[in-house]
Amino acid sequence: MQVGTGVSIVNRIAIGKIRIYKTPEYKINEETVPDPIPELKRYEDARKKVQDQQQVLYERAVASAGEDSAAIFQFHADMLDDDDLNDAVKTIIVEQHRSAEYAARQGFNNVAQMFKEMDDPYFQARSADVIDVGNSVVECLLGLDTSSLQGTEPAILVAEDLAPSETVKLDKSLLLGMVTVEGSSNSHTAILARSMNLPALIQCKQVSDDWDGHMAILDGYNSCIYVDPTQDLIDSLTKKHEQELAKDALLQELKGKTNTTIDGKTIKVYANIGGPQDVGNVQANDAEGVGLFRSEFVYLNSKSDPSEEEQFQAYKRVLETLAPKLVVIRTCDIGADKTVDYMNLDKEANPALGYRAIRICLTRKDFFKRQLRALLRASVYGNLGIMFPMIISRREVREAKEILAECRRELANEGTPVADNIQIGIMVETPAAALCADDLAEEVDFFSLGTNDLTQYTCAIDRQNAKLEPFSDTHHPAVLKEIQMTIDAGHRHNCWVGICGELGADLTLTETFLRMGVDELSVNPKSVLPLRKRIRSIDLTKPVGQANVGDAE
Amino acid sequence: MKTFEYTITDPVGIHARPAGLLVKAVKACDSAVTITTKDGKSADAKKLLALMGLGIKQGDTITVSVDGGSEDASAAAIEKFLKENL
Repeated sequence: MQVGTGVSIVNRIAIGKIRIYKTPEYKINEETVPDPIPELKRYEDARKKVQDQQQVLYERAVASAGEDSAAIFQFHADMLDDDDLNDAVKTIIVEQHRSAEYAARQGFNNVAQMFKEMDDPYFQARSADVIDVGNSVVECLLGLDTSSLQGTEPAILVAEDLAPSETVKLDKSLLLGMVTVEGSSNSHTAILARSMNLPALIQCKQVSDDWDGHMAILDGYNSCIYVDPTQDLIDSLTKKHEQELAKDALLQELKGKTNTTIDGKTIKVYANIGGPQDVGNVQANDAEGVGLFRSEFVYLNSKSDPSEEEQFQAYKRVLETLAPKLVVIRTCDIGADKTVDYMNLDKEANPALGYRAIRICLTRKDFFKRQLRALLRASVYGNLGIMFPMIISRREVREAKEILAECRRELANEGTPVADNIQIGIMVETPAAALCADDLAEEVDFFSLGTNDLTQYTCAIDRQNAKLEPFSDTHHPAVLKEIQMTIDAGHRHNCWVGICGELGADLTLTETFLRMGVDELSVNPKSVLPLRKRIRSIDLTKPVGQANVGDAE
Repeated sequence: MKTFEYTITDPVGIHARPAGLLVKAVKACDSAVTITTKDGKSADAKKLLALMGLGIKQGDTITVSVDGGSEDASAAAIEKFLKENL
């Protein structure tokens, strides 16, 4: 057995034979040509043909990997329209009396070199695009056909590197996984692998041509490929692979279906996310919206207080991509266990009961206003809900809403558009909020129960202290009682009530929550479909505890 | 000639997609449009590769010069494009 290691792009498993993917070497005639004029026409024809090909690849990539991944082929097509590049190629043909393929190779290499010498990694990576398009033009001029390189059997493809156009041309039904010697996590191979959810390993230096045709297991979880694996490995990884496939089947089967019980009760299942990078998971798992977007990432990933503009861009991206789905963004929740240097927060004896979240925001108004203005500006790009954390009183909700109204007035005076259908809600994560839920419900459109903090505060159990484990009960009756009170109070005042804490994904409580009348559950994107399956197996007309007629557990 | 300044807010700078769109927007105008960076490098905004070759990043301030044709309308169109896409 041989083992190759690298950087894993998608944590999945592929089992099958290896196919070494090698572009054939070809020779370009370096001699001068007697008459350059026909060469100009040959270049022009090849350029147009490749441009059409890129358009086809663009459409194919939109269908298989989405608009974002496909955009690069638009760039390829645009590149072939660039006057500087085309003039340079034509000058080589005319002045040096060279063949079209020689001139194309030179011209594209010069541009690739320019990108390679730039400082920024993004622009450096574009040199691969230029080479890729240049190769397509040369291959077209030489009449080469690269479609047979992949072989005819399903295989794990192993290559030096895969150009974006190569990745898209591959027959996906024969592709089990990809391994490349080169590549970065920003390369198109990686991006496409991610969007196709194919296991892929890059920067695998041990790759050898001798691997061709050998049995192998690509283990994305452990960032390695086993060539001629032992029987033990085959057995254990086959089992893991089968679990993945079962999950895929579940996903396919449940996508597009509603979260409706057998007796016809429908609730919403939303996803919790931590930043724009999670949006793909929301879509892949078919969540109906985002019930909790933790805005902390903008604060925690920043060395200084993030600007309004920075925040606006991040919120806009998420809202725009997911529109018209509802996206509930929780305002700054730093403090307690989440601290940042630039905030200059004092050390506290009891941080969980301390200066955090809305308490910071209401006392540092300029800081709070930057976020609220960014949210309001982003609101016109989608369907926004704003949620305030750590609320204990009606006064706090009113103050927060007043500051929000002030930001709205400022933006109106500046002529900046703001949506008028923004929903306002609060986290119910303190016993005080649950007990005063009737008062609070008069102020807002929705409640979201943060069960982690609610449990910690209700039971006086520090959730960070492992010693308290024997005393902790995640299903404590006091917490369940508070959840029921909150739901009832919300409904008395036309507020919808959701759960965004970890309990929301606890399938043993789904029936209980449905009976309590919860309107929405917001969970980790990966839990969306298992939760949907659970909901669809419940019949609330059956007695308590016997409602589950499916095979969810 | 009309000139104005603009500071790039896109996290990746003038990357492939907006650069391609910008070239198209400029081609639709009847003016010549030149983009100049702070360190004095400039490119014809109709030329995709030259434009990307400037390596303009987030936070960079660029000077946009619009020359000939209906300058006011062209400048307004380009400024609007920059605000919406970059």
